[in-house]
Amino acid sequence: MHKLEVYRANGGYEALQKVLNEYQPGEVIDIVKASGLRGRGGAGFPTGLKWSFIPKAPGEKYIVVNSDESEMGTFKDRELLEKNPHQVIEGAMIAAYAIGAKQIYNYMRGEFMGIGQHFEEALKACYDAGILGDNIFGTDFSCRMYGYYGAGAYICGEETALLSSLQGDLGQPWSKPPFPAIEGLYKKPTVVNNTETLANVPPIITNGADWYKSIGTAQSPGPKIVCLSGHVNNPGNYEVEMGMTFHELVYGENYGGGIRGGKKFKALLPSGGSGPVVKEDALKAPITYEGLTPYGSTVGSASVVVMDETTDMVWAALKMVHFFKHESCGKCTPCREGTFWMERLLHRIYEGHGTEQDLEVLQSVATQIKGKTLCALGEFAVNPVLSTIRHFFDEYKAKVQGGQKKVAAKTAVPTPTD
Amino acid sequence: MSDQVNLTIDGVELSVPNGTLVVDAAKMIENPIPVFCYHPKMAPVGMCRMCLVEIGLPVRDRNSGEPVLNDDGTPQVSFRGLQTACTVQVSEGMVVRTTTEVVTKAREDVIEFLLTSHPLDCPICDKGGECPLQNLTMEHGKGTSRMDYSLKMKLDKHVPLGELIYLDRERCIQCGRCVRFQEEIVDDPVIRFHNRGRSLEIVTMSDPGFDSYWSGNTTDICPVGALTTADFRFGARPWELTPVATLSPHCPSGANMTFSTRREAKSGGRSVIKRIMPRQNEPVNEIWISDRDRFVHHFADAPDRLKKPLMRKNGQLVEVEWGEALDAVAGKLQQSGTAVAGLSGDRVSNEDMFLFQKLFRQGLKSHNIDLANRRLAGGDVVAKVGISQGSNLLNLGQGDAIVVIASDLHEEVPVWWLRVKQAAQRGAELVILNLRPTRLDECSRNVIHYQPGQAIATLRQLVNDAKVAAADADNSPIKAAADVIMQANNVVAFYGAEGLTYAETDAVARLLANLLLIKNEEAYAGRPNNGLIPVWPHNNTQGAWDMGIHPALEPGYKPAAKPGMRANEVYAAAQTGALKALFLLAADPIGDGLMAGRGQLDFLVVQELFLTETAAQADVVLPAQSWAEREGTFTSGERRVQRYYPAIQPVGEARPDWQILAQIGERVGLEKPAFAASLVFRDLAKAVPQYKGMDYRALARVEKQWPDVGGDDLYYGGNAYENRVGLGMQWPAAAESGAVDHFEVADVDSELPGKVVVVRTAALFTPGTLINHTELLQARMAQPTLIIQAADAAKLQLAQGEKVMVEVAGRGVETAVRLSEDTPEGVALLRGVPYQAGLTELKVMG
Repeated sequence: MHKLEVYRANGGYEALQKVLNEYQPGEVIDIVKASGLRGRGGAGFPTGLKWSFIPKAPGEKYIVVNSDESEMGTFKDRELLEKNPHQVIEGAMIAAYAIGAKQIYNYMRGEFMGIGQHFEEALKACYDAGILGDNIFGTDFSCRMYGYYGAGAYICGEETALLSSLQGDLGQPWSKPPFPAIEGLYKKPTVVNNTETLANVPPIITNGADWYKSIGTAQSPGPKIVCLSGHVNNPGNYEVEMGMTFHELVYGENYGGGIRGGKKFKALLPSGGSGPVVKEDALKAPITYEGLTPYGSTVGSASVVVMDETTDMVWAALKMVHFFKHESCGKCTPCREGTFWMERLLHRIYEGHGTEQDLEVLQSVATQIKGKTLCALGEFAVNPVLSTIRHFFDEYKAKVQGGQKKVAAKTAVPTPTD
Repeated sequence: MSDQVNLTIDGVELSVPNGTLVVDAAKMIENPIPVFCYHPKMAPVGMCRMCLVEIGLPVRDRNSGEPVLNDDGTPQVSFRGLQTACTVQVSEGMVVRTTTEVVTKAREDVIEFLLTSHPLDCPICDKGGECPLQNLTMEHGKGTSRMDYSLKMKLDKHVPLGELIYLDRERCIQCGRCVRFQEEIVDDPVIRFHNRGRSLEIVTMSDPGFDSYWSGNTTDICPVGALTTADFRFGARPWELTPVATLSPHCPSGANMTFSTRREAKSGGRSVIKRIMPRQNEPVNEIWISDRDRFVHHFADAPDRLKKPLMRKNGQLVEVEWGEALDAVAGKLQQSGTAVAGLSGDRVSNEDMFLFQKLFRQGLKSHNIDLANRRLAGGDVVAKVGISQGSNLLNLGQGDAIVVIASDLHEEVPVWWLRVKQAAQRGAELVILNLRPTRLDECSRNVIHYQPGQAIATLRQLVNDAKVAAADADNSPIKAAADVIMQANNVVAFYGAEGLTYAETDAVARLLANLLLIKNEEAYAGRPNNGLIPVWPHNNTQGAWDMGIHPALEPGYKPAAKPGMRANEVYAAAQTGALKALFLLAADPIGDGLMAGRGQLDFLVVQELFLTETAAQADVVLPAQSWAEREGTFTSGERRVQRYYPAIQPVGEARPDWQILAQIGERVGLEKPAFAASLVFRDLAKAVPQYKGMDYRALARVEKQWPDVGGDDLYYGGNAYENRVGLGMQWPAAAESGAVDHFEVADVDSELPGKVVVVRTAALFTPGTLINHTELLQARMAQPTLIIQAADAAKLQLAQGEKVMVEVAGRGVETAVRLSEDTPEGVALLRGVPYQAGLTELKVMG
């Protein structure tokens, strides 16, 4: 499928041709709006609405594909780029046509240097076949697309940080407004869409908005790629219909196939490190953008990490906080200082040197980061702490009271070094 | 949309201009919202999160758009979480709350976070005592710490970003003000953030480190003690310092500054200048000064300052008492009849210059009075069409035009460069004329590089093109530039002397005046934000013109009945014996290569700070006080008369120049001397009509300035910003009150002396009597360099890096050859050497 001829033999680039020949840009936006497609990167923002924010006036505009996939436990975009890059390219081109952009950048995380080969080859094939370039398919539409590799920073998944990085600046988010739709890349109107989101666009055009809405739920239509990892028998990427339960995902024969070694389920991270951890009761929730709201969590980019009964939740929280501390860009005070402080406290608690007071301070620090950071990353960073404390307070309690044998911790714990 | 927006901050209703940021609106009603990263001179970034407040907007009915009212008839307001007051603009009906529990807690939290990685080494920190972090911690912090001190970061505390600025990595709170200042304000992005998270740090990207003429300003705006100057570092505690207002002793912009002084035991109880910081004067230098101004003061208390009068006895200069020296000077001058001359430098005060010319004109009946080193003509033109009263370069932007000819403002007057560049960034069109590229070219769409010798012809063409309608002329770049000027709402024109003779600069000034006098509907000259600005070589060249330091112009530009000798005639007469006595005030013509030696002079008196080459040959040397020891006034190139104040005790027995001159005057029969500088000023204000209405009290007047920086709250850091003692007064150009005739422009023939002509170009750090005493700047001094294109160099058999002797102002100077294709063909640029006028032939010696 990553080869152009195979992709075209399976109906590839027909959606693009259809768009170019049959629709006005505004109509494309209307179709995507009608389909109910929501951003697959995690925020779930309606894609069509996002496109409609771009000013109609002529001028330089950009589509930027967000392939910075860096969330813990997320590995869907890499597979798309490796196995089906043309669908992403086609979706991005349709988006470009819809908003009047002539330039598309695919911002890939630095670690995709190898995987990006397939994408680069696909791009070249498109240029060679005249699918990218001037007067595409004999129309007035001209469009170019480029691949760009970041330097490996989680924060660059945040759209303004991504744009800063793409411009060659330090990968730090900026305070919105200005929103990218008005002042984005090089201060020009820009749409930043997740890779998977754009891959959804060609089938919507080909089969229509109604077809798309017939899949999934009313509020969360369409299919979703779920990245399943952790203590399950069959980890991997699964394309599921929105609305399927987490239970089916973990235990279903076609999916996770149950907990590894027949152990008991303990907890689940529905959206990598950035969403609050949930317990067994949440398994009955549907995989939709709204499904986990009653359980105080969110599906995010659907990077589901399953943890069995042997997992030390303090250890898990420490791992995640270490990640956020390591990835904090340092621009705003609460995230820069708070993640560092949380990690130190957690480390001490985990090592068995913590006190009741440390636990209190940890909770307090996490709470005081909330609502004060410049971008969403800082808000995410407190989730592992607050949600594990909420659900597994006993484990923390046992640690600070000392003497308790460590539960799992076979993996090396990162030691704060800086 | 209305220009004003109504909002409520903590129950106080106010109306502010549309587009105002919430943080500024609150500052306007003196309800300051604490900030670290925000600075009113720079775009907001919302990084530090200190300014979080609750901001509510009126709820509007979705269908009707009408405000939804509460039961009691007040509009319903919806609040959504905490927002940064520095990034949100005011809007109609907005309600801001800064005193709620949530906001108070947020401030406490952010302070706590900042302090977790801050070393709290306030007792040894240079900023301690004037530190925004310290102050805001006292005001908004918890007062206790929950952070285990052992978890503190340990980072480098003495990181030189260059030899001028040091970084303490532990103290840095990553607010980015310094980085943004260098990038946004002065366009020298030589320091950047590096790394991320808690490892985010400031690094320099240039070699030499922190290579910018503005680096010192980052230490003022740093809200903590992270950036300090090598000069002041560990030098004093802020509360020991006495602020004393002063002015730049070099710069014709009249940059306002403040000395911080302290009495020190090791100096025998004398006050010592510990540092210089900018003083806010928005129409002059805002709150910025160049590094030359910041670090130049070391000459004032240099050990080689003259401390007692010297007289030549038996061939040797020996120390004498003042009375003996003054008697000798007065006697010798009187004995010489009218074969006397007085030449002044252009760095002394108006009071000094006024009394100097009075001594000669009234005391000795001689008009032989001039500046020792005249470079730039046109003071008389400026008096008529100079930039108008009430002008401010900050007002120029979209729709305005600025002309700069024969000047490299970045090297000559950096403050003006900055303000012109910023005007261009706001949309003003720049028209740049020079024979070589300068830094301002990058901000201009109308750059004209004329051939050597073609400055006058090019400008004449521009003025002629400006007089004809757009369609009637060719489409040359000159015509395009002329159209840009004539279409502008306001026009300011700067002119300098680069590559020009004195006579040529006179023609330039007159041509520019004629340009400003062209009538569309109304001439530009005479209107606010319009007019001519001469790029004078020194801080008080303008004052010299005003005070009548000119053989043909008496104080107030009154033509002298019988003009005296010009400086070059004086130098010649000294050699032939036609001149008997010469009085040099703050001038070193022998050292500057203007005078071969004392020649046939009977008597040479030099009034100086140092024993210069000329002073060493004098019969009497009178020790003068430097500008740091006394008071006086300077007049800037924008004709702003400003006061400066005494900061340190006199060095030795040195006296103020005006006092020495008054005491000599008394001895030659003038009235008893005024005993205060203010009284001398009162006299000169009577003699100079342009200074009518000025006195020391009026010059010391201040008014509230915006942005509201400085002040005791140290809101934006920099405790020396506040201007408490005077904004100065601009005197009106003639065009402001009546019609001014077009100027006759003489034909000036530019001679091209050779195949390759030498043009001396300015460098901010060019060695000189004063700046040589600042050891710190020695590594930044412009080294004598000959910059030439490869093709010309090949013809002359010069190679890159080669050391060659070239003739500068009649002397041989060893220069290093640098090849640069930016240099026009047939031109060799000489940098880092003493001044020489016009175009000369490149003579490689030996």
